[in-house]
Amino acid sequence: MVNSHSSSILETRNLNIYYGEKKVIRNVSLKVPKRTVTAMIGPSGCGKSTLLRTFNRMNDFIDIFRFEGEVLFEGTDIYRSKTDVTEFRRRVGMVFQKPNPFTSSIAKNITWGPQINGYRGDLNELVESSLRKAALWDEVKDKLNDSGLALSGGQQQRLCIARAIAMDPEVILMDEPCSALDPQSTLAIEDLIHELKQNYTIVIVTHNMQQAARVSEFTAFLYNGDLIEFDETSKIFSHPAEKLTRDYIVGRFG
Amino acid sequence: MSSKSQLWAKVSPWQRWREELVLRALFICALISVFTTLGIIYILFGESLQFFAHVSPLDFFFGREWAPMFEPRSFGVLPLVSGTMLIAVGALVIALPLGVGIAIYTAEYATGRWQKILKPTLEILAGIPSVVYGYFALNKITPLLQAIYPDTEVFNAASASLVIAIMILPTIASICDDSIRAVPKAVRDGAYALGTRKSEVIAHIVVPSALSGILASFILAFSRAIGETMAVTLAAGATPKLTLNPFEGVQAMTAYIAQVSMGDVSHGSIEYQSIFAVGLVLFLMTLGMNLLSQFIVKRYARKYE
Ligand SMILES: Nc1ncnc2c1ncn2[C@@H]1O[C@H](COP(=O)(O)OP(=O)(O)OP(=O)(O)O)[C@@H](O)[C@H]1O
Ligand SMILES: [Mg+2]
Repeated sequence: MVNSHSSSILETRNLNIYYGEKKVIRNVSLKVPKRTVTAMIGPSGCGKSTLLRTFNRMNDFIDIFRFEGEVLFEGTDIYRSKTDVTEFRRRVGMVFQKPNPFTSSIAKNITWGPQINGYRGDLNELVESSLRKAALWDEVKDKLNDSGLALSGGQQQRLCIARAIAMDPEVILMDEPCSALDPQSTLAIEDLIHELKQNYTIVIVTHNMQQAARVSEFTAFLYNGDLIEFDETSKIFSHPAEKLTRDYIVGRFG
Repeated sequence: MSSKSQLWAKVSPWQRWREELVLRALFICALISVFTTLGIIYILFGESLQFFAHVSPLDFFFGREWAPMFEPRSFGVLPLVSGTMLIAVGALVIALPLGVGIAIYTAEYATGRWQKILKPTLEILAGIPSVVYGYFALNKITPLLQAIYPDTEVFNAASASLVIAIMILPTIASICDDSIRAVPKAVRDGAYALGTRKSEVIAHIVVPSALSGILASFILAFSRAIGETMAVTLAAGATPKLTLNPFEGVQAMTAYIAQVSMGDVSHGSIEYQSIFAVGLVLFLMTLGMNLLSQFIVKRYARKYE
C-alpha cells in the first residue's frame, strides 16, 4: 500500500489489543514512514487513541490493558526489549488531547524533562529554541517565570508541544491536539506541524477530515478496531479503495 | 394544545415557598456559627481587657516569668508561649515528613491489601481520646526516653511532642492523600510521556501540584497541636519554664488554662482573668496561622481547576 522508498520508524505487526475481555484493536499491521505526518482517522471509539498510546507504551498505566503481537520502534520491539521504557518515551514524545502543562513556570515546563534525563546543554537556549519551534516564543518571552497554567488553552497546547520538542524526540504522537482549541490556535498548530515534519515523524489522531487532508502525507482509517485502509492521504481522500473509507470521509457516518 | 398542557403540572406556589424556606433555614444555621464566634471573641477580649487593667500588656507579652499564684506575682506569658511552641514544633517536625510520606505511599504506591489496612489504622489513631495519649506519654514514652537519655525529667516536652505527633498524623496523612489524588491523571501522563520515572514524577510534578493541600494540612495540624490540652498537661507538666530543652518539663498555654479552670479561683480574680488573656494569645496565634496559610496558598500554590 504505502510506497516503499521511505523507511519506516514505527511499526505494528499483527497487533491485537484487549481491555479486559474486550478486543479493541484487531490484527493491525502498520508501518509509519519516517519524517512524514501520518493521520489516524475513524469514528469515536474505534481505537485510535489506544493504537497511538502503544507507540510510547502509555497503555502500561491501564491495569486491564493486554496485547498480542509486536510494536517496533526503529526495528526494536519496545514491549520486549531490555531497554528501559523511559528510553523509548524520551525518543517518542506525546501531545495530549487536553493541554496538560505543569503548574511550574513556563521555562520549567520545558527544562524539566531534559534535566531529569541528564541534558547537559544550555537550558536557557533550550527554552528559547523549543518555544520558537512551537511558535510561542514571542508571546511568552517576557513571562517565562509565570505558571504554565496562566496561558490560554491554545498557548498551553503549544507549550506542551514545546515541552515535547525540548526532549529532541524522533517521533511526536499527537492525540487530537486541536480538539480543545479555537480555529486560530488550530491553524497555528497546523502550521507548526508543517514546520516540524522536516525533522520529526508525526502521528496525529484527528476527527477533522480537513485537518487530516491539510497536514498529513499518509492516512490510516480505523473502524471498530480494524485497520481498514492505510495509504497516501491524497489517495485516501480522492480514490479510497474501500467503500467504508469513502462513506466515512464524506460524512455518511461517524 | 390543551392536551399538551395537561401533561405537565404547573409550578405550584409551594415549590417556590420551599426554595425560600430552605434558603432561610440554611442562612440561620450559618448565622448561628457566626454569632457563636463573635460571642467567644467578645468575652475573650472583654475579660482580657479587665486583666490588662491590672497587668501592663508590655509585662504580659514580653515578661519572661510566669508566676500567677505566688507572691511576688508575675504575668510574663513568654514561658507559656515557648512551652506551647516547643511541644508543637517538636510534634510537627516528627509528624510532617511522616504524614507526607504516608500520604505519598497510600496515594501513589499502596495496592489493594495495604490500602485496606493503612487507612482504617490511621482512622483508629485519630479516634483515640487525648487523655489516653497523655497517659501513654507519661507511662510509656517518658520511661523509654529516660532509658535513652537519663536526664529526662518525669514531665517533659519531648514525650508530649511524640504523642501529639501521633495524634495529628492522621489529619496530615489524610489531607495530603486527598490532595495528591486530586492531581489530574493528565498531568502525570504528560510527565511520564517525557521519559521520566515514578519517583521523579511524584517528587517534581505531583507533590508540587498538591502543595496547597499539603500546606493546608500543615497549618491545620499546627493549630491542633497548639490547641491540644489533655496530653500536654499530663505529659509535659505544669511548670512554666522558658527553655528550649525538650527533656525538661514545661507548661503549655492550654495546660495553664486547664489548671486554673479546674482549681477553685474566684470569678473576677486576676488569676481568673489571666486565663482569658492567655486564651487570647492562643486565639491570635491560631488566627495568624490561618491567615498565613491563606496567604501561602494564594501566593505559592497554583491549582488545577
Ligand atoms: N481505559 C480503558 N478501559 C477500558 N476500555 C477502554 C479504555 N480506554 C478505551 N477503552 C475502550 O476501547 C475502545 C477504543 O477506545 P479509544 O479511546 O482508543 O478510541 P478512540 O478511537 O480514540 O475514540 P475517540 O475518537 O472518541 O477518542 C473504546 O471502545 C473504549 O470504550
Ligand atoms: Mg481518542
